[in-house]
Amino acid sequence: MGSIFDILGPITVGPSSSHTAGAIRIGLVCRRLLREDVKEAEIKFYGSFAETYKGHGTDKALIGGLLGLPMASEDVKESFAIAEKKGLKFSISTAQDPRYHPNTVAISAKGERNEITIRASSVGGGSIKLNDMNGYGMDISCDMDTLVIRNRDNPGALAAITKTMSDKGYNIGTLRLSRSNKGGDAVTIVEMDERPENKLIEALKELPLVIDVVLIPKL
Amino acid sequence: MNIKSLADLEKRANERGCDIAQIVLEEEMVESGKTDKEICARVKETFDVMKNAALSGLAKNSKSVSGLTGADAFKYHEYRKGDRRCVLSGICADAMMYAVSAAETNAAMGVIAAAPTAGASGILPGVMLAMQKAYDFSDDEIIRALLCASGVGMVIALRSTVSGAEGGCQAECGTGASMAAAAACALLSGTARQCIEASALAMKNCLGLACDPVAGLVEVPCVKRNGFFAVHALTAADMAMSGIESVIPPDEVIDAMYQIGVSLPSAIRETAAGGLAATPTGCALKRKIFKT
Repeated sequence: MGSIFDILGPITVGPSSSHTAGAIRIGLVCRRLLREDVKEAEIKFYGSFAETYKGHGTDKALIGGLLGLPMASEDVKESFAIAEKKGLKFSISTAQDPRYHPNTVAISAKGERNEITIRASSVGGGSIKLNDMNGYGMDISCDMDTLVIRNRDNPGALAAITKTMSDKGYNIGTLRLSRSNKGGDAVTIVEMDERPENKLIEALKELPLVIDVVLIPKL
Repeated sequence: MNIKSLADLEKRANERGCDIAQIVLEEEMVESGKTDKEICARVKETFDVMKNAALSGLAKNSKSVSGLTGADAFKYHEYRKGDRRCVLSGICADAMMYAVSAAETNAAMGVIAAAPTAGASGILPGVMLAMQKAYDFSDDEIIRALLCASGVGMVIALRSTVSGAEGGCQAECGTGASMAAAAACALLSGTARQCIEASALAMKNCLGLACDPVAGLVEVPCVKRNGFFAVHALTAADMAMSGIESVIPPDEVIDAMYQIGVSLPSAIRETAAGGLAATPTGCALKRKIFKT
């Protein structure tokens, strides 16, 4: 069990911690992963999100997050107007997929330089899970600084990654390794006790077996 | 927090000769690595949000996003003006009004502090504000009461659930009322046992409560229920302060809440498929709001 502020909080706009607060956090994660202002977003709501998003303001909350508005910002209510002013174009559709958590959203976001596709779910009390990023399955709470490392599925890849981390004095909270198929790419997900500096990320990127490294900052 | 039961919370407070708030504060220091000052500052910030939510919902024109709820706290506020004879008065009337007001702020996408959820976010502010107004409690006393409430809420979350989808409304508003009842006792300098008994009395009296929100929105019956449950929490607090105790021990009450929660049909666990949501009017409102 975590902090008392999971029970006495979060501080957020209403009306629902799962349908509003969680949606803001998913928008914020998407924005951070894009690493720039979002210019275009295609949003697809699933399950209970699809059925009730209008009444819970899930759409406004998600756009608010994409705009970088914090969870406790009164502006979230006005996010559509702010999106128009800031040149964020978005479309919203709904779908059903019984494999997904009832409160799930898929987002394709574009900025001036980057683009990203994510799928995430709001699992209660404002907590979220990032389920997929650019086609790679994962299960990240975004409660800790998390490194998503795409690497070759070859012997020594994991050893090189963990050695680089320990050489730079970083402690690993949790680590999971998964792969789509044998001999293909693998994804190593590392939750860190402290925020990894750019130096570590660059050092990891230089490893021969590493393809790409993305930091998902703690929300 | 490394506390598994309310009995444990009470025992540790008694062994140390301190209040529940102190035990909760020290546990949070270990958990977060933060100082007591930092933690209390954040509780104070949370209380400020609660206060704003409870006051801003009193506005005449407060309306929810769907239009289903709003302006009821204002209505009640107007009704109490002058020397009209009302049924409720003093702390009870204030707590009910502030709780409805905070819940209306929530439904209108205003800023709130979940306690333990957004849907139950009016009960604790209602009780705290009314108590502060009546007896001039300092913000520091309120902070300690909120720490006590958090300890109770943490144990409930650990042993049971605070999610309406898992346990029905007893898990959300029931927990909110349990927390508020314990906090009210803490403000009145109740013993650790009295705080915990108050939480159990509040929970016991709402076991089995359905979560059947119209159109799946946190509005009907949620907004007014926050008002009812603020008074409910005060009733439990006064009973406990007078020495009344729950025949079933507090931890067993929580366990019973969980057992009842998992045996509730899914239609009345936040799916909006049963209860009030499935009434002819509930269904018609849903069609109107979502234009389907």
